[in-house]
Amino acid sequence: MILCRDLTVSFGERSVLDRFSLKIPDTGVTALSGPSGCGKTTLLRVLAGLEKPQSGTADVSPRQTAILFQDDRLLPWRTVEQHLTDVLSRERWGEIPALLALAELEGEEHSYPAALSGGMGRRLALARCLALDARLYLLDEPFAGVDLPRALRILDRLRALPAPVLLVSHEPAVLARADTVVKLDGPPLRPVSL
Amino acid sequence: MDGRGNELLLPYPISVWNALVAMVRMGEFWAAVAASLGRIALGLGAGIAVGAALAVLTCASPWCDRLFSPAIRVVRAAPVASFILLVLLWTGRNTVPAVISAMMVVPVVWDSLSRGIQAMDSKLLELARCYRFSRWKTAALIYLPSLRPHILSALTTAGGLAWKSGVAAEVLCLPEPSLGQRIYYTKYYLDIPELFAWTAATVALSLILERLLRACLARWGKRWGL
Repeated sequence: MILCRDLTVSFGERSVLDRFSLKIPDTGVTALSGPSGCGKTTLLRVLAGLEKPQSGTADVSPRQTAILFQDDRLLPWRTVEQHLTDVLSRERWGEIPALLALAELEGEEHSYPAALSGGMGRRLALARCLALDARLYLLDEPFAGVDLPRALRILDRLRALPAPVLLVSHEPAVLARADTVVKLDGPPLRPVSL
Repeated sequence: MDGRGNELLLPYPISVWNALVAMVRMGEFWAAVAASLGRIALGLGAGIAVGAALAVLTCASPWCDRLFSPAIRVVRAAPVASFILLVLLWTGRNTVPAVISAMMVVPVVWDSLSRGIQAMDSKLLELARCYRFSRWKTAALIYLPSLRPHILSALTTAGGLAWKSGVAAEVLCLPEPSLGQRIYYTKYYLDIPELFAWTAATVALSLILERLLRACLARWGKRWGL
């Protein structure tokens, strides 16, 4: 179990996380669901070390996490395969076919991002994030622009990963298939009692 | 004025052509071209290196920005002739064209690269930090490709500027051998067809060099998938 305790973040007068705590199971997919702007992305950014909380701790250090940003952040001058070799050490290049298969991008190795559809770009960003060696994967809306049947197939593969996944999604079918769902409200971010 | 008199002001194209053909057949022409090219290329290379280093420094450190930016702006605004005469006083005549070319190139490269660095996509830099890219990898995969349009514009402008200012410095300092020195002597002896011929050769060389530079940069872009 990965524990986040009493995380507090505010931007000026606006409190986004106020002594927020969360338990993330060691395996499987934990989905965060809640209205836009309630603080879900801020929580992921805090766990990734991109925002410094005013107080609180997490069992996982930012260096042990890998984050998929809300936007793809692909490099227009790198091919699909190069996006993966950029983050993998040379000894792990053998994992590229498996990562492409996970994201259903086989056959697109030599394509540039401009030639990919929105959903394919999103899946490439996801594959690049999963190529990082991490103890916790933080995925901010990983299936935005991805068709639902494909999103659910990929979700099943995420559930089988050795490291836990914490993802943000608004898609009811994705939430229904996740191992754990945490419904949230805010700001400041707080669990919704069911 | 008769026909010969007119040639002192504006020579016939055939006279210029004959002078040009005679020139390129002489070894002195190629020696002057090679020497000028060598000096100006040295200045261009040094100017690019210094301009790029200053762009990185002034963007990375506010202290360096306060120190160097005003000085670079002064160099950019000052008349090139003043610098040519000053550098001639401080150094030997053979050094002046390279130093002047470099001085003219530094502000152009600095300005273009600084603007490029300031306009960098901060989200890509955040990605590089988050995905644990080394400094070298960040430079090679994010900075260089993002800055490519700025580098391209800086290098093509700098190439032409280095060539023009370098030859102007040669005209005033007369290094041996050089294109500028030959241009100066044609003026001294009022050999106007040859003055036009040397000028035409200088312009042609400038155009060829610009083409070469653009071809090299295009190849570089292709290698990076741009």
